[in-house]
Amino acid sequence: MNLGGAVTGSMSYPSSTLTRKSGEVSDKFPAGLRVLVVDDDPTCLTILEKMLRTCRYEVRKTNRAEVALTMLRENKNGFDIVISDVHMPDMDGFKLLEHVGLEMDLPVIMMSADDSKNVVMKGVTHGACDYLIKPVRMEALKNIWQHVVRKKKNEWKDLEQSSSWDEGDHQHKQDDAVSSPGNEGSWKSSKRKGEDEETDPDKDDTSTLKKPRVVWSVELHQQFVAAVNQLGIDKAVPKKILELMNVPGLTRENVASHLQKYRLYLRRLSGVSQHQGGLNNSFMPQDSGFGTMSPLGGIDLQTLAATGQLSAQTLAAYTRMAPAMKQGMSMPFVDQRNLFSFENSKLRYGEGLQQQQLNNMNKQMNMLHGIPTTMEPKQLAGLNQAGSTLGSINMQANASSSLQNSSLLIPMMPQQSRGQVLNESLGGQVSRVQSSIGQPMQSNSGTTGGLLSRNGMGYNSVSQGALSVDFSVNQISDLPSSGFPLGSTHGITSITPKGFNKEEVSSGIKVTSGYAPNYDIFTELQQHKPQDWQLQNPGMAFGSSSQLATSVQTSVNVAPSILVNQSFVTNPKNEQNGNTLVGKPTFSAGLESQHVGLQNANQNVNGLLVDNAPRVKAEAVYDGVSPGTGLFSEHYGQEDLMSALLKQQEGSIAPGEFDFDGYTLDNIPV
Amino acid sequence: MEVSEMQRQFVEYSQSLFREGYLDSQFTQLQQLQDESNPDFVMEVVTLFFEDSERLIRDLTCALDQQIVDFKTVDAHVHQLKGSSSSIGAQRVKNACVEFRNFCEEQNADACRACLQQVNQEYFLVKSKLQTLFTMEQQIVAAGGSIPIMD
Repeated sequence: MNLGGAVTGSMSYPSSTLTRKSGEVSDKFPAGLRVLVVDDDPTCLTILEKMLRTCRYEVRKTNRAEVALTMLRENKNGFDIVISDVHMPDMDGFKLLEHVGLEMDLPVIMMSADDSKNVVMKGVTHGACDYLIKPVRMEALKNIWQHVVRKKKNEWKDLEQSSSWDEGDHQHKQDDAVSSPGNEGSWKSSKRKGEDEETDPDKDDTSTLKKPRVVWSVELHQQFVAAVNQLGIDKAVPKKILELMNVPGLTRENVASHLQKYRLYLRRLSGVSQHQGGLNNSFMPQDSGFGTMSPLGGIDLQTLAATGQLSAQTLAAYTRMAPAMKQGMSMPFVDQRNLFSFENSKLRYGEGLQQQQLNNMNKQMNMLHGIPTTMEPKQLAGLNQAGSTLGSINMQANASSSLQNSSLLIPMMPQQSRGQVLNESLGGQVSRVQSSIGQPMQSNSGTTGGLLSRNGMGYNSVSQGALSVDFSVNQISDLPSSGFPLGSTHGITSITPKGFNKEEVSSGIKVTSGYAPNYDIFTELQQHKPQDWQLQNPGMAFGSSSQLATSVQTSVNVAPSILVNQSFVTNPKNEQNGNTLVGKPTFSAGLESQHVGLQNANQNVNGLLVDNAPRVKAEAVYDGVSPGTGLFSEHYGQEDLMSALLKQQEGSIAPGEFDFDGYTLDNIPV
Repeated sequence: MEVSEMQRQFVEYSQSLFREGYLDSQFTQLQQLQDESNPDFVMEVVTLFFEDSERLIRDLTCALDQQIVDFKTVDAHVHQLKGSSSSIGAQRVKNACVEFRNFCEEQNADACRACLQQVNQEYFLVKSKLQTLFTMEQQIVAAGGSIPIMD
């Protein structure tokens, strides 16, 4: 990002923030950056403080994490960035990272003398925006301001989009047509984006949104969903939801943007009918959670998507996870998505559709774990390969067609990832993530509440996946529909290594088959793909529970046409979703929920798929998704799968038949 | 002794410490951080390091003396010592810590104890050398000279 420009030119926000806070440093940014350093080692603490002071930052330090949290809580807007050691006696550095991300949504830099890959990876997946190896040198500290700027930039963008979406959303509510809302929405959002600079009314709204960082924690989201259900999805207006939720400090705008995401998510799941009561429950779009989940969710969703049994619940769980990812990872999600969409258009129609479906599916399916995969053996093989250690991102997961995708994705990855995403085996990563995620979540039975709780459990086991999810997703990659901030591939990458079950992968793939979304949609979907991908990952374990099937069906029933819209709509919202969701629920929580959801979804999907004669080609799609790029591809795949699945169920196939056989992940723009 | 002679000796001694690996470039960073507003910065930090390290070494000795050694604790201590020594630039101490950690992973108590001895030795070596360095600095300053800036 052109930080320089951001700082001085378009990025007025950080400066203004600083001005508001400190009153006079905006012009001298990054001087005056308010840093909080946490390290139990007094030597390091002193050295860091001195170095930071030399950089002309304002420094406060403490050697205890609890004290740091108190300082942050008492002075919500008193700090710009936090630097924390990993190993501390009173609290694990990653825990602190999660808390900060959830509660304060500040960029957090981790540091340690430990430079082993898995620890660094942990930082990434937990949402750290950077990881410094001790001994820390001055040069490393001089540039930490970039993380502040980047984060603010993304948040701002999300806010802008959310607010614009808010208005568009109302319109959508009234629309019955499936396709129109998406179109309108996207049109609106794009229009709005263009007017971002001058829309004062929006700015006013968003300005209030900007400052307080609303963390859509699991609990908060549950409240939100409960309120929405109570009102009825069609009648749920932000104002009423806000009243029902009765959460102090929450503004109508917060709710509105969150609602938009939620609606998109539901639309995605339900397809034609917008009345997805069940879905409401399962939808748990949390910015932070979603972020985290993205990498995982994407994979799982894809699988689920393939089977068309993405349950709303799973999806919700996934979304929850996704937000977690947003913790502080300022991933260039936007860039990724753009890439993705761009590439999508190049895809063959059929393939593109697949991807789209996969993406859709991914988003929803993330939480589906038990989706039975009808993947061919070779697909599985490919998946298995992919599923190998998550840690080795470099693994070429895709033995089969996925390789194609990987290659495609790989190039994308570099762009997206912060450098952590390994280009290599996207597929592998994805699949890995899926399996890892899917595994823990075997026991979901598919209620939102259940999902949430399960997700938590699932998350724990999937921690790896969560790791990936954490990053970058937080901010940017918020897919409008499900509010899953897929964000940067960072998260995705890390997730994949988890070692998704083959099943998951395959199921994801399957969904795509048979779905023929429009190319345009694919583009859109692809953009969302990162999210989907994440979703896919977590819940990829395909089981075959009827429960899931039911739920999935519901979710899957989002009319394919809707998919089109969704994808279309979602794209613009990606950014905003990411921001509004910013809540940053703990990554783990999100993941867990996602897992649960995914499991359920998986099962359902499987069931659905069976009926739909899914083209397994999805595997190609799936495998091909490399962690970095994989995010997108998987994400996309799920959507496609879902769409396909829905279509199949609906009996109405979108324009043109999808020839999923030929669909490869390559198409998925990463 | 003349100031210039003191300064020369100081420089020579300093360089030898770097050459022999007692100190590394991180220490230079610390020296560069020192300025008029904070003239004793290096000494302050190093003093902190001394206190912290001795505490850690004590804890390590205690932990390794147990019947059943808790390697997790030992590893945590060594990790911290590694971190602080590397931040100071005490290279040999840091290297000894790295080796120490390897044996911790292997859960080899005897090797750990040997490593602890090594760490201890390196620590006291670098401590005495740094103290010598500071003394030389003080003498130069007391004699009205300025401390030569190392590259």
